[in-house]
Amino acid sequence: MMKIEAIIQPSRFDSVKEALREIGIEGMTVTEVRGHGRQKGHTEVYRGREYTVDLLPKIKLEMVLPDALANRVVDTILKTAKTGKIGDGKIFLSRVEEAIRIRNEERGENAL
Amino acid sequence: MQRAGWKCSLSLVLVLGFILLTVVPLFAQQTPATDAAPSSTFPLIQAAFLTTPDPATSVHEKLAQLDKDVKAAQSSADNAWMLVSAALVLMMTGPGLALFYGGLVRRKNTLAIMMQSFALMALITVMWALVGYSLCFGGDGHFIGSLEHAFLRGVGAEPNPDYAGTIPQMTFMVYQLMFAIITPALITGATAERMKFSGTVLFLTLWFLVVYAPLAHMVWGKGGLLNASLGGKFPTLDFAGGTVVHISSGVSALVCALYLGKRTGYPKQPMPPHSLVLSFIGACLLWVGWFGFNAGSALAASSLATSAFVATHFAAAAAALSWSAAEWIKNGRASALGAISGAVAGLVAITPAAGFVGPMPALAIGLIAGAACYWMVTKVKAVFGYDDALDAFGVHGAGGTIGALLTGVFAQQVINPIFGAGKAVGGLDGHWGQVGNQLVAVLIAWAFALVGTFVLLKIVDLLTGIRVPEEHEIEGLDITQHGEEAYNLES
Repeated sequence: MMKIEAIIQPSRFDSVKEALREIGIEGMTVTEVRGHGRQKGHTEVYRGREYTVDLLPKIKLEMVLPDALANRVVDTILKTAKTGKIGDGKIFLSRVEEAIRIRNEERGENAL
Repeated sequence: MQRAGWKCSLSLVLVLGFILLTVVPLFAQQTPATDAAPSSTFPLIQAAFLTTPDPATSVHEKLAQLDKDVKAAQSSADNAWMLVSAALVLMMTGPGLALFYGGLVRRKNTLAIMMQSFALMALITVMWALVGYSLCFGGDGHFIGSLEHAFLRGVGAEPNPDYAGTIPQMTFMVYQLMFAIITPALITGATAERMKFSGTVLFLTLWFLVVYAPLAHMVWGKGGLLNASLGGKFPTLDFAGGTVVHISSGVSALVCALYLGKRTGYPKQPMPPHSLVLSFIGACLLWVGWFGFNAGSALAASSLATSAFVATHFAAAAAALSWSAAEWIKNGRASALGAISGAVAGLVAITPAAGFVGPMPALAIGLIAGAACYWMVTKVKAVFGYDDALDAFGVHGAGGTIGALLTGVFAQQVINPIFGAGKAVGGLDGHWGQVGNQLVAVLIAWAFALVGTFVLLKIVDLLTGIRVPEEHEIEGLDITQHGEEAYNLES
């Protein structure tokens, strides 16, 4: 099993979600997050006082998938989340040891 | 003959009967009519000739009655406008100022700053009824009123001819109360995000008695040192409170900011406004409420009220433009906060001038005030480094001072012949000495606010303490001072 964490632009979120549903992905966990990589923030001025806002709003998607699906999901996210500008975000992949469904204690890929 | 005589008397009776039949209902209709509709003049005069045996005295009586009725009608009109004005001025504090300030603080201090305005609505009202009104408008002392009207003794339906001869004194009393509420509330903009609630309440109550009441009496009270029309030594033009409201609160705000010290983390840590939407709504309510503040200060539904209304509106618009223009030149953008701050600065500056200047000088005052206050809150504040959190001094102290001085320049007797018919009022009228009078009033108001506020802060610091502990400041005043939160996102 693979865990995919994708940090993407908030403006691309709806397209990504739609594309993932089309390839049959049923579950995901979404968080509104703030952060930055190479993208610079912007400045805001209130009555002459300048504030640099460098932690920018992003969306983080988390999914745990059977190994066979992981590559397709990564491709789909790459295709739909890309705008080509700095700040498009990143995708992290990691192995998952075990998954357990709380309702009936199913384990492994059955629990996904 | 006899038959003819009988016929004759019969026709006489008939004629008399006819006359009676037509006239009696006329009387019957007119007598109640005079009671029911006393302000309708025509049937009154008719009735005067028809009903009374001595026309001469009756006409005099009826004219006296007519005079009384006309006065009553004027009083009704003036009273209606003044009651609306009083409500408008209360609306400036709550929700106007509460929203304006509430949006400018960080979210953890929203309720605390709003509560300060609201607490003053209650506190000053009670103080006003006990002694406040009397200290401001009782007696004829040079510096402070008397206890003549303590507990509102003698304040009823009869007008007080010294101040407002056409409205019940009770209306005048409640209208002036609303000014006494908003003035200390303005100071909370400088003490925001770090002053204890107990200290705030005690300080502002004392401040109202020690700084506001004497200053209001000096400028507006009979015999006051700075009064323009009721025997002041330095006749000062202050139509709606440039010195009494804005200089007094603005300068006191500066003293408070210096005495309290900077907010923890200022100026390194960002402290942006948490909701400019709230501030925006608040500023628009202030603009509308200011019509009650300035046009209401004519104390009648008169053409002077119209003039003050127009001047107020034009100055606000001009100042919104000049602040925005200054910002656009400096930052390349015109911000919403800049536009609403500019409007408030213009409203502050026109306050003393509203009932003395025409629309063109009002535009000039607004343009100057908008740009000058922008410079105060961006440059001057940064150079001196005081933490006037929400710019109570930068807008009200600076705008009030500019407005008070410019009133001396632009006041015209065609708008308001306050010194008597045909007598020059301001500089452009040829009476440049008025600028000197305005300067004296500005200096006295500044000195009074500086010293009074400093002494009171010292006293309150000893009694209740002034500033919250640092950990409370970081946690936020909503929770630490009031035990609640403005935004409970989980609920």
